[in-house]
Amino acid sequence: MATLSILEGRVIDPASNLDSVTNVHIADGKILAIGTPPTDFSAEQQINAKNQIVCPGLIDLSVRLCEPGAEHKGTILSETRAAAANGITTVCCPPDTNPVIDTPAVAELIQKRATEAGMAKVLPLAAMTQALKGEQLAEIGRLKEAGCIGVSNVLPITNTQVLRHAYAYAANCEMTVFLQPIEPWLSKGCIHEGTISTRLGLSGIPETAETIAVARDLLLIEMTGVRAHFCRLSTARAVSMIKEAQAKGLPVTADVSAHHLFLTDKDIKNYNSQCHVSPPLRSHDDKTGLREGLLQGNINAISSDHQPHEADAKLSPFAMTASGISALDTLLPLCLRFAEEMQIDLTTALGYVTHKPAQILGISAGTLAIDCPADLCIFDPNSHWRLTPDNMQSLGHNSPFLNSEFKGKVSYTIINGQIVDIDKE
Amino acid sequence: MNNIQLDQQGRLKHFLGIEGLKRPILIDILNTAASFLSIDAKAVKKAPILRGKTIINLFFEPSTRTRTTFELAAKRLSADVLNFNIDTSSSSKGETLIDMLHNLEAMHCDMFIVRHKAGGAAYFMAQHVAPHIHIINAGDGQHEHPTQAMLDMQTIYQYKKDFAPLQVAIVGDILHSRVARSDIHALTTLGASQVRVVGPKTLIPKGIEELGVKVFNSLKTGLRDVDVVIMLRLQRERMQSALLPSVFEYFQYYGLTEDVLAVAHPEAIVMHPGPINRGVEIDSTIADGKRSVILQQVSNGIAIRMAVMAMTLGSRIPEQKEGQ
Repeated sequence: MATLSILEGRVIDPASNLDSVTNVHIADGKILAIGTPPTDFSAEQQINAKNQIVCPGLIDLSVRLCEPGAEHKGTILSETRAAAANGITTVCCPPDTNPVIDTPAVAELIQKRATEAGMAKVLPLAAMTQALKGEQLAEIGRLKEAGCIGVSNVLPITNTQVLRHAYAYAANCEMTVFLQPIEPWLSKGCIHEGTISTRLGLSGIPETAETIAVARDLLLIEMTGVRAHFCRLSTARAVSMIKEAQAKGLPVTADVSAHHLFLTDKDIKNYNSQCHVSPPLRSHDDKTGLREGLLQGNINAISSDHQPHEADAKLSPFAMTASGISALDTLLPLCLRFAEEMQIDLTTALGYVTHKPAQILGISAGTLAIDCPADLCIFDPNSHWRLTPDNMQSLGHNSPFLNSEFKGKVSYTIINGQIVDIDKE
Repeated sequence: MNNIQLDQQGRLKHFLGIEGLKRPILIDILNTAASFLSIDAKAVKKAPILRGKTIINLFFEPSTRTRTTFELAAKRLSADVLNFNIDTSSSSKGETLIDMLHNLEAMHCDMFIVRHKAGGAAYFMAQHVAPHIHIINAGDGQHEHPTQAMLDMQTIYQYKKDFAPLQVAIVGDILHSRVARSDIHALTTLGASQVRVVGPKTLIPKGIEELGVKVFNSLKTGLRDVDVVIMLRLQRERMQSALLPSVFEYFQYYGLTEDVLAVAHPEAIVMHPGPINRGVEIDSTIADGKRSVILQQVSNGIAIRMAVMAMTLGSRIPEQKEGQ
């Protein structure tokens, strides 16, 4: 029986509201006990976690692994390793790989390679429609059997009838739909529509590109009874629409990317292509609304929305660059920065990246409850460091936070009771 | 932004946009251009300021007028000029903008004059080009067209002699216009008393008021008492994207005719960056009439482009008082 004890750390388990200096004991890949172990327990390995924080491993709702299809940007090994190095023990990958995750074979391939990599666990999202074209339903039932945790279409579905049927069929399969609310006709631009887009002469994407899609989706969710999760909200208005829907009792949750909590369209001054993301960085009021949404519980989780790119993808005039941020390296540090700026306790802040996303996914993870898989993150909350291309773990170095100073550095990541060896070949 | 345009002494190194440039630099450009107007009038239209320098016209979008005036300006300053007209469809076949830039650098050129469909393209090139190369923006997407704005200012100055009391209306497709943005920055920096933009709601970009302009949706109201009318060209693609119903309706509500112009100041001048669409945004009687200064703008275009080239690339001749 493989055993491990983590001693004298400040143990924070948001799911049970635990925050105290104690010990965590692990056996057979599961949490065995917090505090005093059973009398017959002896630890083969011990970690002294004094002055460190011990919490559930982070769960990230959106990580582009880029494999299969774009291995020059990242691979399952490189990106799950980067996740693990940053305390993230489970990642959800959207279906827009190439080929698309619309057959059990692709879903199984990704999971098999993730298991072989032996780093962060990977939960694939199934395509809602074949090839994400928005025309015919993908085999949602078989994809669920193949290990997909939910369905998503990433690309907008313009045919409302297809959308209605997809939601109803997903509900029939008891699958959560993961929705990226984008109205395609209003989303032809590359940055938030406002003074900045006018000043820079870049085509804008108005707030309504998101809110129209949210309004339509909410009505169809009500009609079909599907359980829905809104991914990466970017506008304050959408947050209040979700809030109303939740108040009405609709089964909807939402997440926000970490970068939308810190950056606005003003950060695009000088055409900084590292700030080219979809949905776009919005106004200061939107940022405030997203932050409020988290604090009030209408937005449930923070995701990285990790999208690694090779350097060339960002080396063009702004509108011609690829959108997306390499964000695994900054999820935990930004979450800690959020706690500090908003003056909220760490239990609440860590909840946004542990048990809240686990609840959305409906998995038994993101907690230190007895018998749960022993996926943990141990970090030094007072370690100061600076993000540089050299210390980024992801293959993609496309981050607007390069050269930013952060507090909080991961010292150990434990998956299924094993200390992850980031440097192993 | 745009500090990248200035060297450590605060002098022009690149000319990418009007935004961010202080008044003394704009005045400097106007004064330098005025000194070149006399060369234009001579029988031998050459000055040796850029002798031995190589300038590349790098046009990713078709243009005749702007490219030609840049070419003429460079030749009058005795520079060697190469024209690269890059069909965007062929450049998209592989070579990136960066690769092309480095290839041209390797040919030991001194200046690139760039027109590109993407906003920020000139800025991007200035960020990545070798330090001895100068970039002049000849129009980047919907962002800026700074030499056009300066030739507009030159023209306005020749007729009005002072910017402070002026009310200026810019009319038409503000949303897609780089000329409008550069003109707005130039006019507000030079201290015009009021800058107005006039057009239908579909062609007025969000938040434009924050650039210091007043928005009018009615042409007759917008032109009331103005001293300068700057008409913008209307692209016919705008009908296809449902921004406007038809050319006829546009002309009826936003076309400049004698009747509408009557509400402006009696000595108002009419400008247009060209090429004009007669009967679309401007009536022929106005375009050819006594208040039109459109051809004067074209002539000034050469002097302004000579001035900007000389100030960025020349050995500071003629010596001007430094900007800030």
